[in-house]
Amino acid sequence: MPNLETAPSPQKLRRIAIDPVTRVEGHGKVTILLDEENKVHQVRLHIVEVRGFEKFIEGRPYWEVPVIVQRLCGICPVSHHVAAAKAMDIIAGYGTLPPAAEKLRRLMHYGQMVQSHALHFFHLASPDLLLGFDSDLTRRNIMGVLADFPEIAKQGVFMRKFGQEVIHHTAGKRIHGTGAIPGGMNKALTQEERDLLRNGVDQIVEWAIGSVRMIEKLHLTNPRFYNHFAEFGTNMMGLVRSDGAMDLYHGGLRATDAGKKIIFDHADYSQYDRMLQEGVKPWSYMKFPYIKSLGPEHGWYKVGPLARVQICDFIPSPEAESERKKMMAMGEGRPVHGTLFYHWARLIELLHAAEVIRDLLDDPEILGKDLMADKGPWRGEGVGVIEAPRGTLFHHYRVDKDDLVTFCNLIVSTTNNNQAMNEAIRAVALQYLDGCEITEGLLNHIEVAIRAYDPCLSCATHALGQMPLEVSLQDAAGAMVSRLCRNSDGAIV
Amino acid sequence: MTTISQTPWVVVLGWGNITRSDDGLGPLLLERVRRAQLQHVTVVEDFQLQIEHALDLQGHGLALFADAAIGSLAPFNFIQTAPLAGVTISSHSLAPEAVLDIYQRVIGETPPPAFVLSVAGEDFSVGDCLSPAAAQRLELAWDFLLQLLQFPSLENWQAAAKTIAGAQLS
Repeated sequence: MPNLETAPSPQKLRRIAIDPVTRVEGHGKVTILLDEENKVHQVRLHIVEVRGFEKFIEGRPYWEVPVIVQRLCGICPVSHHVAAAKAMDIIAGYGTLPPAAEKLRRLMHYGQMVQSHALHFFHLASPDLLLGFDSDLTRRNIMGVLADFPEIAKQGVFMRKFGQEVIHHTAGKRIHGTGAIPGGMNKALTQEERDLLRNGVDQIVEWAIGSVRMIEKLHLTNPRFYNHFAEFGTNMMGLVRSDGAMDLYHGGLRATDAGKKIIFDHADYSQYDRMLQEGVKPWSYMKFPYIKSLGPEHGWYKVGPLARVQICDFIPSPEAESERKKMMAMGEGRPVHGTLFYHWARLIELLHAAEVIRDLLDDPEILGKDLMADKGPWRGEGVGVIEAPRGTLFHHYRVDKDDLVTFCNLIVSTTNNNQAMNEAIRAVALQYLDGCEITEGLLNHIEVAIRAYDPCLSCATHALGQMPLEVSLQDAAGAMVSRLCRNSDGAIV
Repeated sequence: MTTISQTPWVVVLGWGNITRSDDGLGPLLLERVRRAQLQHVTVVEDFQLQIEHALDLQGHGLALFADAAIGSLAPFNFIQTAPLAGVTISSHSLAPEAVLDIYQRVIGETPPPAFVLSVAGEDFSVGDCLSPAAAQRLELAWDFLLQLLQFPSLENWQAAAKTIAGAQLS
């Protein structure tokens, strides 16, 4: 694929902007530079807001952090809540959590997975897949799906609601709850709450199975299109359990190349900065992480459902594992890399999360009241990592003897996918736009590729003061008049 | 006269962000509803109205949407509302009319009678305090809302909406 990140002579090219990118969380834009024959020369996903959370956190007491960081996001606050709590468990010197506390955190986290995956697939992505990429723009939304596919849309609404109820009963609120605290949980599940959720979960599992079958059926209507839309091989990364199983709450880091050859495995995530490097580019507020040993050019990777479903050795719940095998069969022994496979993988994970919730609710230990771990010596530094709905999420903190945070580094799922998303839209631009008359439907192909990653752009733009920035002033003919650059160290050149 | 024991269950949905000054009017009203501990009232608070809130209306006889509003009549407005198709849909926020429309489509039934209480805000910038004007309006709106919740019937609420509309005309 030609290099479409930076056009050699952008001045004379025509610019198309998709601003804002719709049906994603947060605000981003895409710019495409075309010549007179509509040949594509440059494609970029820009992140246009900055939130500064890593700086906000500095100076706050450590016990506030699991609550504060949820304000990064209204869609997956539980992910930040749990990742921060895991880091603070270590910092404050807590040992292994009691079974009830860990199971409640898992229940909350898998509830989050159900609500977020249902939101993404049914509310945001299904209008493209069920109504058509270039269908009537005014109907290409969840209301259009409700009108044409009412049963599917209803199931999506009920599934998301169920996930939210799981969060409500474990965290205290649907959004921005307070269930997880350093060392454990502050709220037990009552028998009444358990029964309420248990009564609903079998239906959710059944609907989740139906959803996976639906995407499989959809895929088989046009396998060539679904297999090859924005297809490009990438490294993949995620957490796996010690036996290689998918585990969305805890595990070691595994990275593979595009052919599933191991790059590192069962790596201790507290050492993440030995394996990963965060790169920056002057045209985006979002960082570009890569695997250090491979360098920035070859070390970028993807995370999230499509990576997780493929790098694990198996999914430890029967229905989801059965569906995983069907999806993997599409690759005839090799991993699949078509961007639309993200949706299939996401629905497999939704099913897995529903099965896990059911099993946790059937476990008598979930009603346990011993919710705090024993406290050991203060450690002062900790890393918490979980698999958030959109992919691997890193929270790293240092806390001083006065209990105040002195350092915070977050690598969120969408940031991990930054280069992959940019590659996806470049692949689409070459596949569908290059040399063509540009229509809204064709431009939506670009958005479809971004949406497949389910990016949360609000979460991904948390850094402050670290981004290089380039400002150029051009005259009406496109000639450069002046240019100013700020490097990542803040120096103006 | 309608007594509490005979009244329908009421759901009050309030939304807003208490760190955006007067945008917190909805959540602050809800906090008072919670503290009043009215057994027949269900309280649902969120940052924005979303599709799933349609399901929160289920099983209730009356619904009330409480929010801060820009350009609303001061100190507050109170109107009956109804399902409306074609209201802009985004993943982030819906209008009460859209929530009611989704109720019809998802549940397949007519939603409970619904009303909107909009309290006029002045300042929606970052900040954790209400503007002085909004703080005054919150008191007036709460007195009004408490009356509604103590006498929750369609007739009473429609009469209250008529009174408010009349006051605006005079």
